[in-house]
Amino acid sequence: MMVETRPDPDELLARVKAEEARARRGKLRIFFGATAGVGKTFGMLAAARAVRAAGTDVVIGYIEPHGRAETERLMESLERLPTLPIDYRGIVRHEFDLDAALARRPAILLVDELAHSNLLGGEPTPRHPKRWQDIEELLEAGINVWTTVNVQHLESLNDLVAQITGVKQRETVPDRIFDEADEVELIDLPPDDLLGRLKAGKVYLPEDVGRAVDRFFRLPNLIALRELALRRMTSRVEAAARVSLAGDVTSREWLARENLIVAIGPDAQAEQLVRAGKRMADALNADWMVVYVETPWLQRLSEKERDRRIDLLKLAESLGAETVTLSGPTAAAALVEYAQTRKATRVIVGAPKRRGVRALLRRSTATELTRLARGFDVVTIAAAEPRGAGAAPEAARGAVIDVAQPVHVRRYTWAVAVSFGCTVIAAVMYPFFELENLVMVYLLGVTVSGLRLGRRPSALTAVLNVVLFDFFFVPPRFRFAVSDVQYVVTFGVMLTVALVIANLVASVRQQTRVAGARERRTALLYAMSRELAGTRGSGSMARVAVKHVAEVFQCSVVVLFPGGDGRLRYPRGEAPSENAFRGADLAVAQWVMDHGRRAGLGSDTLPAAPALYLPLSTSTETVGVLAVLPNNPRRVLLPEQRHLLETFAGQLALALERARLAETAESARISAEAESVRNTLLASISHDLRTPLAVMAGAASTLAERGGALDAKTRLTLARSIETKAREMSELVSNVLDLMRLDSGQIVLRRDWQSLDDLVGAALHQHEAQLAAHPVEVRLPNDLPAVHVDPALVVQVFGNLFDNAAKYTPPGTRIYVSATPDGEFVRVMVDDDGPGLPPGDPALLFEKFRRGAPEGTVVGAGLGLAICRAIVLAHGGTITAQQRPTRGARFELTLPVTEPEA
Amino acid sequence: MTRAMHQVLVVEDDAGIRDVLRVLLTAENYRVVEASMAQRAEIEARSHKPDLLIVDLGLPDGDGLEVIRRVRAWSPMPIIVLSARTLEPQKVAALDAGADDYVTKPFSSAELLARVRAALRRGVRSTEPDAVLRFGTNEISLARREARGRDGPIHLTPLEYRVLESLARHSGMIVRQDQLLREAWGPGKIGDTGSLRGCIKNLRDKLEADPHRPKHLVTEAGLGYRLRPSED
Repeated sequence: MMVETRPDPDELLARVKAEEARARRGKLRIFFGATAGVGKTFGMLAAARAVRAAGTDVVIGYIEPHGRAETERLMESLERLPTLPIDYRGIVRHEFDLDAALARRPAILLVDELAHSNLLGGEPTPRHPKRWQDIEELLEAGINVWTTVNVQHLESLNDLVAQITGVKQRETVPDRIFDEADEVELIDLPPDDLLGRLKAGKVYLPEDVGRAVDRFFRLPNLIALRELALRRMTSRVEAAARVSLAGDVTSREWLARENLIVAIGPDAQAEQLVRAGKRMADALNADWMVVYVETPWLQRLSEKERDRRIDLLKLAESLGAETVTLSGPTAAAALVEYAQTRKATRVIVGAPKRRGVRALLRRSTATELTRLARGFDVVTIAAAEPRGAGAAPEAARGAVIDVAQPVHVRRYTWAVAVSFGCTVIAAVMYPFFELENLVMVYLLGVTVSGLRLGRRPSALTAVLNVVLFDFFFVPPRFRFAVSDVQYVVTFGVMLTVALVIANLVASVRQQTRVAGARERRTALLYAMSRELAGTRGSGSMARVAVKHVAEVFQCSVVVLFPGGDGRLRYPRGEAPSENAFRGADLAVAQWVMDHGRRAGLGSDTLPAAPALYLPLSTSTETVGVLAVLPNNPRRVLLPEQRHLLETFAGQLALALERARLAETAESARISAEAESVRNTLLASISHDLRTPLAVMAGAASTLAERGGALDAKTRLTLARSIETKAREMSELVSNVLDLMRLDSGQIVLRRDWQSLDDLVGAALHQHEAQLAAHPVEVRLPNDLPAVHVDPALVVQVFGNLFDNAAKYTPPGTRIYVSATPDGEFVRVMVDDDGPGLPPGDPALLFEKFRRGAPEGTVVGAGLGLAICRAIVLAHGGTITAQQRPTRGARFELTLPVTEPEA
Repeated sequence: MTRAMHQVLVVEDDAGIRDVLRVLLTAENYRVVEASMAQRAEIEARSHKPDLLIVDLGLPDGDGLEVIRRVRAWSPMPIIVLSARTLEPQKVAALDAGADDYVTKPFSSAELLARVRAALRRGVRSTEPDAVLRFGTNEISLARREARGRDGPIHLTPLEYRVLESLARHSGMIVRQDQLLREAWGPGKIGDTGSLRGCIKNLRDKLEADPHRPKHLVTEAGLGYRLRPSED
């Protein structure tokens, strides 16, 4: 059997690109250990001294010696960057100075503690919240970095370590940093030795561990942590092996590529699911994404609870997942559809949590998903033992009530009002109708309640209806007692039907709202894309984007473009718009521009800034920065809003790229055309110049040598032929020069208001001699508007047209000039009643070096109409040639009567 | 012939063109003085005090514009530019520097001679109090503000007389739009080319045989207007 074993070209390309990026980047070497005290810093310094001895430029960026003598000794012979004093709540702390490191640019920089958090609240404010981000920037600047990290700081292992040791680490590093490190060196120390060092006081304990030292440094913990570190190291080595296998053409490993989807909800298990997904994706070497499905049911959650998604999706992104928010009627349906389009192999969900009757009434997402799954496996993850984190959902639940109360009280009041309204109507109907018909009134009431008030208030209406119906109408009236048992059935059915109706209608209402919100989003995006598509020039595109983004996100916006020196600057000379964002931090924007990553409000870089800065990145480069200052920060921070904003930025970037590509294509086309024109020009000029030169040289030499022997009439003939030919040559030369100037865009239109009368008159006057044998009739209406044109050029257009008419029609042919207003233009017709146009496409007449007559019979033509076209087009008008219906040719052109927009 | 021998100074670096101009002008009974450099031109102009200056713009030791400015600083003599520079901004620059007319190379001898005659006539006319313009069969007396056509008197507004006066003062030569506006309307109207266009159109309707093909009130596209009265 033939098996296609050729690697996916896209994947190969991606790998080549990744390798290229890596070659430019600095190399990251991590000294990795199971816990504090295994000697990572010591190992790093020892290695640094070794390469220093070999002459490499090694500099210590930041190392906390913790007062340990052996570490201090190792540091002595190495250059150290000064630390940066940061005022943090009145206390001066000494921190790593990123800018000093970037300025110093050593070959290798040592920065201890990869997981360290910078003092965000300090003064000056650090650029990034986390040290690993500082290190990313150093690597991108091409500086090699050595650093240290413990296994418990790795994001995906964070919860496992917490479960083992009971100590939760707040400082974490994305696994990506660890996985992408060029070299990881495991510093391993057997637990017994470590405990020995601990007892000898050789281990410095970080503050948070210090308090739990007894719980933390127990032998079983240390063994488990060591195992974790070793396993993590092994999986890294395996991954490296796999990468090299993927490069091997005979390997079919890549054929069976796994694709994981982790489905999360707003519950407490979500975080566990994300981390489990990461571990599974690593183990399988699979791509993975985290999907949050927004169902009508979830839309009813409190805002606070929904906001937990922000953190969850951020966590997922930091672990290397792609994150997606879907919306659909039920989570299972949306997941199945999405899993199939993305060709997922496994979908990971939390195990069902509903118990008892609720589990019977409504199938959980996991159950439903298992039922619908086609083409992928469903992996359910059991909930972790509630451990400390259990308090969070409680708090969230409390918040639901807090937030929801004011709204719902009004709704429940309405629900009660509907019930009583139904009762009033029923009371009016009571004397004339059977009781069954009164039931219908109540059912109608429930439907209205469901449509208007939502699920719970309408359920209240349903229950209340039954009670009121019983009390007011069922005999004995005005008592809750029931005389006939059959009414119990009526109540039962009435309640069930009412509840089902309430539920269905409320569901439809929710779904409509979700669909409406989605449709609105799509519509907004479409509105901007459409307007961008119709816009030319980056400045105008930026204005369109500012308008739309400001409208949708309720914020001030500015689009910043780099000037010639690559520095971003504020757009100048624009009409001040009320949505314009003044006072954007250009330094932050420049950082975004240079790094192609977002920064500011809610991002990883400078999250405390008031505004959000998004790069406008195309496939090849960053073309500008979109700066957004929200009136209400929530609107930009909600994940779907942020994704929408990023989509807007993406659309704008695409449009800008399109504009740029169009410009490039246009200039390529122009230069190709110029090339062909040059060739035609050379060929034509050599003919058109040589012929008159031959006549002139011949005539002049005859006059000079034989002048005396010739009679006066012959001498005059010769002199006249010299004059004629000279004039033809002069005409040709000035035509060629004009056309070259027009084509090269050297001619700037000097527009002014002109009357067509004047322009035609001037042209006729200039060409009096040529038109001697051709009577001209000018029939211009008196009420013609003035045209806004460059007078000299338009006179030249008419002159060329008159000249052509005179050249290509027999003497005595009449020429007519007429005009009519036509919207923003005046349409001018230059007609003659001569023999008409030559056969063929009339449009070709306007090409360079076209002649109305075969070469040789008429000299000096071929450029006149091309010049006319260039001039008319430059004015934004059109020019065409056509056969007149009766006889002769018509040249028709339009000239603008309005000023062009600046 | 009652005409005195007019003296013309030709500033031109190309010997071939100097030759042609000398033959042409001498044949028309002008005395010709020649200079080939900008510096020489001013010396000749000061020593000969010619009646007319014909100057090329591209000179080996400087720009003709500079020659025009320096001569204009001390003399009102008519100056005609004879240049291969054909672009409108270049013409405007020359007129702004003080030139009265502009003839582009290659030139036809008939046209050049007509301009020379017009320029020299201006020198005489400007002092004449009772100028009479002839447009074909029409006669206009500027001093008496009277216009007569074949079919009787023609009514012209005071403004139209002022425009004609302004054009007549530089008869045969280009008058810039701004100059016309300043002289006929006053400094407040500069830039209002619409009024000027309207006035010229009215004048053509009243005075030209075919207003669409004016022979006397000629538009110089992008520069201004030129009055070409019928030659005697």
